[in-house]
Amino acid sequence: METILFLTHTEADGTLCKASLEALGAAVELTIDSASSLAVGIFGADVQKAANSIANCGATRIFGVEGPDFAQPRYATDACAAEILCRSSQATIIVTPGTSRMSRIMAGVAHRLAGRVDTHVNSIRYESTRPVITRWFYRQRMVADVNRAQRPWVLVVDPGTHPVYPAEASSAKVEMLAAVLGADRVRTSVKGVEAPKTDQQTIRPDAELLFVAGAGWTKKQKDGQPHVKEAEALILGFLSETKASLGSSKSLVDISGEGGEVLKFMSHMNQVGQTGATPRHPKGLSTCCHGEEPHVVGWRFINERRAINLDPNCGWARGKADVVYVADAFEVIAKVNALLAEKKTATVG
Amino acid sequence: MNSFQIVVCGSIVPDPLQTLEPVAGPTGPALKNEMMLPAVLDPWAAHSLYEAANLAKQFPGSKVYLVSLGPKAKLQQVMMTVGQKVPFELVAIDGPASGFTDSEEVAGALAAAIEALPGIDKTKLLLFGGWESASRGAGSTMQIVGELLGITDQFQGVDRITVRPDGSFEVLERIEGGKHQVSECKSAPAVLGWATGYLGEPRNDPQVGMMNMRGIMPSLQKAKPAQIANDGLSFLKVELPKQQRTTRIVKDASADEIAQEIAEWIAKD
Repeated sequence: METILFLTHTEADGTLCKASLEALGAAVELTIDSASSLAVGIFGADVQKAANSIANCGATRIFGVEGPDFAQPRYATDACAAEILCRSSQATIIVTPGTSRMSRIMAGVAHRLAGRVDTHVNSIRYESTRPVITRWFYRQRMVADVNRAQRPWVLVVDPGTHPVYPAEASSAKVEMLAAVLGADRVRTSVKGVEAPKTDQQTIRPDAELLFVAGAGWTKKQKDGQPHVKEAEALILGFLSETKASLGSSKSLVDISGEGGEVLKFMSHMNQVGQTGATPRHPKGLSTCCHGEEPHVVGWRFINERRAINLDPNCGWARGKADVVYVADAFEVIAKVNALLAEKKTATVG
Repeated sequence: MNSFQIVVCGSIVPDPLQTLEPVAGPTGPALKNEMMLPAVLDPWAAHSLYEAANLAKQFPGSKVYLVSLGPKAKLQQVMMTVGQKVPFELVAIDGPASGFTDSEEVAGALAAAIEALPGIDKTKLLLFGGWESASRGAGSTMQIVGELLGITDQFQGVDRITVRPDGSFEVLERIEGGKHQVSECKSAPAVLGWATGYLGEPRNDPQVGMMNMRGIMPSLQKAKPAQIANDGLSFLKVELPKQQRTTRIVKDASADEIAQEIAEWIAKD
């Protein structure tokens, strides 16, 4: 039997984010399967609202650390709050969401607790009297089942791997813990968030579709000339019509560093694959990409995959995509955009 | 004028274009023909090394160390290339570079090597590395090294550092939704786990290579062995994903027909 702690932070508005509710679902499931007890730990500027929102989760105790110092996502203060919550709960297993805020601190917190950490956890199951997790290695090239003897064992759950816990709001009793911070804990201050302008916001983690653009968009076309401006308009038009998230191959984002003509809205943040993201979306459409292993790595968690490619024998295409359209992406995307716009007009009308 | 001691932690990984296959080794999972696979400096760690060199160039008196845990022979191969990129002093630790090692133990070996650096001054220390490796991919080692060295100003997914004249610095960290969190830290020491940053890969410079080589070979010769026992860690199964799909190739359809099919597919729940 374990003592399981679901540990999370609040959002700026005092709520819990989707990834938190997914991790809570994983923690509740593990608690039931292992006949263990569940505690909840929350930190942030004000935790009562968040605690109330998950009051029905079956936790025997709910701990909180709150105050203005814990409003900012900052390693020193967040790790301090998390450490106090973990120690007070005497947890043997700590389940947290893989948000940027929790991912920044949990390995350090596990070290302070003399425990161990596993991040990017995809699944947790209870098997033959022990918890077993699944996570990927070598950038999503191989998958492993892992167990650890050490406690506490910190599990940072990847967003998108578990269903959202069906939380019901009620009144929760929160045991507030005091965290005393020295001046050395507030040497860093968060100044804000830099986001692309709304019309240039191309990364949408919750989108149904991932649209991946490859370097082919900037290469010479049938007439012997590159058409980068046209490519920009087509891709932005597609994103506008579909609300898809935009991914890129490494070769495309690297073109900017090599002085080539580039798609202005594309950055390393869009990159998927070996040194990029491995996003999770129900559908993916790749265009002008070629058959490199990093593309496959970047597409590991895309369920339905289609590609538009001029090369029918492309290694990426065969065996990796469900459908490959051997066609010119410029022509096809222009027509897709027109069809989607037409459909939208018809719906509005 | 500020100067920094920038310690970059970075190991080696199989070249990203290699096909990898897990096998059962005597002490746990390993890669098939691991010692034969061509290796590269871990990509995000490589970015952090280039950023470190760029920062050191801006602040005269700064020094860059590359602390690397890996099998000596493979480290030597990789350093032949990496050594030509930017100036650094190598601190080699002879041990496994496998993704199946435990980050707590790896961090212990790295922290011990950093503590042992002659003349290390923590008030000037910026600890760099990749925010995740391309092997374990956990994003945990740098945090633990920071903790072991007593550094509680830590940043992950860093794309930019801007140092001000007073020694304070601004850091851009990746957060959800393609955004950056902007933080300001009063001074070193700090841990920065780098994402890609904004610098391109430096060209090979034979002069830099010659200069680095004077330190690289002695460092490799005196590399201390590190025992990574993976205490308490059990791999019950390691396998390749079943990724083969039955691909329908649509060759002779018109752009109109393809567009229609794609539009319907996108609209379908």
